[in-house]
Amino acid sequence: MNEIPSDLRYTKSHEWIRTLPDGSVEIGITDHAQHSLGDMVFVEVPEAGRMLAAGDACAVVESVKAASDVYSPLGGEVLAGNALLATQPELINQDPYGQGWIMRLKPGADAASAALMTSAAYQAGLATES
Amino acid sequence: MKKTEPLIFELSQSGRGATAQHPAATVADIPVALRRRRPPPLPEVSELQVVRHYTRLSQMNFGIDTHFYPLGSCTMKYNPRVCNSVAMQPEFLGRHPLAPAATGQGVMACLFELQEMLRDVTGMAGVSLTPMAGAQGEFAGVAMIRAYHRAHGDTARTEIIVPDAAHGTNPATASMCGMKVREIASLPNGDVDLAALDAVLSPATAGIMLTNPSTLGVFERHIAEIERKVHAAGGLLYYDGANLNAILGKARPGDMGFDVIHMNLHKTFSTPHGGGGPGSGAVGVGPRLLPYVPVPVIGRDGDRYRWLDERDLPGSIGRLSGFMGNTGVLLRAWAYMRILGAAGLCRVAEFSTLNANYLLARLTEAGFDAAYPGRRASHEFIITLKRQAREQGVTAMDFAKRLLDHGYHAPTTYFPLLVPECLLIEPTETETLEELDGFVAALVAIRRESESDAATVKSAPHTMPVRRLDDVRAARQLDIAWKPAAA
Amino acid sequence: MPYIPHTDADVHAMLDRIGASSIDELFDEIPRELRVDSLPGVPAAMTEMELMRLAAERATQDGHVLNFIGAGAYEHHIPAPVWALATRGEIYSAYTPYQAEASQGTLQIMYEYQSMIAGLTAMDVSNASLYDGASALAEACLMAVRAHRRSQSARILMPAAVNPVWRQVARAITEGQHLKLEELPFDPRHGITDPKSLERFAGQDITALVIQQPNYFGQLEDVEALTQWARANGALVIAAVNPVALALLTPPGEWGVGGADIACGDAQPFGVPLSSGGPYVGFMASRMEHVRQMPGRIAGRTLDAEGRPGFTLTLQAREQHIRRGKATSNICTNQGLLMTAATIHLALLGPAGLERVARACVARTQELVAALTRLDGIRAAFAGPRFHEALLQFDRPVAPLLEALAAEGIIGGYDVSRDYPELGHAMLICATETRTPADLERYAQALRRLLDRAAAA
Repeated sequence: MNEIPSDLRYTKSHEWIRTLPDGSVEIGITDHAQHSLGDMVFVEVPEAGRMLAAGDACAVVESVKAASDVYSPLGGEVLAGNALLATQPELINQDPYGQGWIMRLKPGADAASAALMTSAAYQAGLATES
Repeated sequence: MKKTEPLIFELSQSGRGATAQHPAATVADIPVALRRRRPPPLPEVSELQVVRHYTRLSQMNFGIDTHFYPLGSCTMKYNPRVCNSVAMQPEFLGRHPLAPAATGQGVMACLFELQEMLRDVTGMAGVSLTPMAGAQGEFAGVAMIRAYHRAHGDTARTEIIVPDAAHGTNPATASMCGMKVREIASLPNGDVDLAALDAVLSPATAGIMLTNPSTLGVFERHIAEIERKVHAAGGLLYYDGANLNAILGKARPGDMGFDVIHMNLHKTFSTPHGGGGPGSGAVGVGPRLLPYVPVPVIGRDGDRYRWLDERDLPGSIGRLSGFMGNTGVLLRAWAYMRILGAAGLCRVAEFSTLNANYLLARLTEAGFDAAYPGRRASHEFIITLKRQAREQGVTAMDFAKRLLDHGYHAPTTYFPLLVPECLLIEPTETETLEELDGFVAALVAIRRESESDAATVKSAPHTMPVRRLDDVRAARQLDIAWKPAAA
Repeated sequence: MPYIPHTDADVHAMLDRIGASSIDELFDEIPRELRVDSLPGVPAAMTEMELMRLAAERATQDGHVLNFIGAGAYEHHIPAPVWALATRGEIYSAYTPYQAEASQGTLQIMYEYQSMIAGLTAMDVSNASLYDGASALAEACLMAVRAHRRSQSARILMPAAVNPVWRQVARAITEGQHLKLEELPFDPRHGITDPKSLERFAGQDITALVIQQPNYFGQLEDVEALTQWARANGALVIAAVNPVALALLTPPGEWGVGGADIACGDAQPFGVPLSSGGPYVGFMASRMEHVRQMPGRIAGRTLDAEGRPGFTLTLQAREQHIRRGKATSNICTNQGLLMTAATIHLALLGPAGLERVARACVARTQELVAALTRLDGIRAAFAGPRFHEALLQFDRPVAPLLEALAAEGIIGGYDVSRDYPELGHAMLICATETRTPADLERYAQALRRLLDRAAAA
């Protein structure tokens, strides 16, 4: 059963978004996404300082059977990529919503979060997908 | 099968060597500043050790010469030994590619005949033999489409349409040529969804890449309509020749209106796969693309053959290889076509299709699910093991691995991507009825075993040199080159 | 029916099982108007005996010649075991090793090949081969653009002393991705790329510098200075190298400080016959940090379910069958059979044998240059050290001379006047370990006679 924490927001392309106390956001891929990709073998995270538009491919997650782009749900400036993933890509499998985070972003002034889904909406989306 | 063999480096002893192969010592005058400081870490072994080592390694392989190899879309038919003998004539092997044409009229006669025979079997206006593999033939094809539109001032045509059943090289090639890929869906019956095609055709359409019969193992019945639609929209049609074996002498891509085609000579014309190459991806073109073919191509002035190059074909997309393509492979394809002759080539499609439809009929009777029931198989077909995966938890991968224990190479698994738990099975025309029956019996036995003892199937293979390999470890703890201990 | 085993009884039984009345009925989904029933452009079938007779006639027509051309393809002795082993059916007729458990032989050979190429180039990793040297250089340019994240320009500096066909191929293959290949001149005295010619690019965004060693003219480039410039200016270094020369020359991994980033070339000199231009075998090696940008197959060593070592294809997620439109390249195959030949060839030579081959190449070429430049009207175009090729300049057009030599069974060299008109009447010559002193003498005598005859006329 896929875990879908209710305090996060989601995208159709299976990213999750957590708003941090300072207004920045943390982004990763969902439990469902890591399950369907399988054992991670390599993760490429964005460099700090990179400017992203919403929908830009910002990271690559690679398992033995698939490689998939991660899309930035919001526009803004990358504050940090998760350096731990370089040596421990399996953190995405083990703890997708915690240590497996992919990047932190400072959302741009015009970053619209309206398109993001609640956990219930994401769950409903998954149900129709399968 | 042989179980293990050390690395050649592990057999090495300092001071040993296959000295009959070493030329006499000479002095070479190379400035010290440019000289290598340490000798390269190559093995030091005797000639017998080398012969034994690589003989033993060969014994850890399945090949067509040892096993039935029904790998879908790969056309693993018998590679006649005589084709190798032809290409291995010492005079052919010893000829330098840049030697004057006057000293190569013999080999050039063979290549010219091959060019002409390929033109005839595909119904195209011209052929270039230079692409070195199917993927390079695809590259040449899309590059020619791009050159054509550019020459017509049509620079807005930047999109290539690819059905979702296509081989991964199609979208990869389009991207490599700087094109945008527009994927369209297939219908449940395996044909292209014409409404989906209408929806993506536009003034940005550069062309469409199609395999026909498709990788779903069925002939695209609306090919004429697709041709009309794409040409009406200003796009060109690219034929991926991966499955040309299925229609050889029965139908020709040129007659279907395709503007460009690549042929996998290592599939349809039976040149060896060699453990992953060399291939050869000759391209054929219709009248629209004749000016753009990759050079060199072979031409004839009277009774003399010569290479046509950029001076003869100024619109060419250029050169794709250091010389003139994989001549040794081309000679094998020439030999294959000459020995089969016109009638023999027509039989290729007939008997590969007969074998595929027979296997499909037998497997369906035995209770396996065809992915496209009601359709004729082309030279290949798809079985889906979705039901077995759901009911016994035994997947297509498990069946594939267990087949190895039964002495059959596995069919193509998990391709095409849109059919779940699929086996894409291509028996080819060179297999006997007994071999096909044996393969059916093996699949039936594995299914029975997965009902009684799924664990054995799921942990297969059991008789190969190794058990299932840890791909995750291979990718995470990358070990892709042996290094000497001291380094 | 050649290679089709079906008896009439088989066909009837099979059609019965299918429920079809004839084989023709199996093609009923192909629209009638698209059907053909014959191939008028293909001759009638031959027996194996007839085919071999024809092939032997055509081969004999081409005959045996004494070859002095290199220019990207080199004649070396090929030990008898190489092709006796490579054409074993288990290797020759196997496919790409997707079913790793049934392909351990092919996979281990790939791993051994990768190790040999990595060792020879002194690079961290190698792929399992590409089509040929020319296309390997093109792929190296594309790889450099992917690997150099901070460079936005896709500008590649390409010396004019790099094999001109390789440059053309690089252009044709990279064109769709908007790479800019910018030419660097060569020093007319030494025929090598002048490091000073790089000065005008200082401070600019350059993605990579290509260095061919030895270069097209056979001359040895100052790889240290060129590599240092690239390092200092933030450009990657792509080394295009002759693998035989690496027995004697500093390998790319040790150029400058830290070495080249990518090394590529053609491994044809290792066990692969000239065969009118192919199939050959391109190689590519790189630093570990760039491995995920490398195109082509890669075999890796891992463990099986019982903890025993075994081999499998790895890093496949880079490739077209998974990544589709976003793959690093559209390449599906390596040159498996030729890679196998190269591996066996290198195992037979070992470090000592390869070094002897390389030394003999250098010595024979120097002797040939000395013998030919003793003749009036012939001079070596360039000063400075070289490997096994040299550019000779003549006082008259070389094409008629080459034609006349060919009539005597001597392939005297390659006329470069089309690619380098500024060099005048020039031909590129090559002598490997396969040329004996008597061969060199025969060539020099024949050329002397031709020149004398022309002088008398």
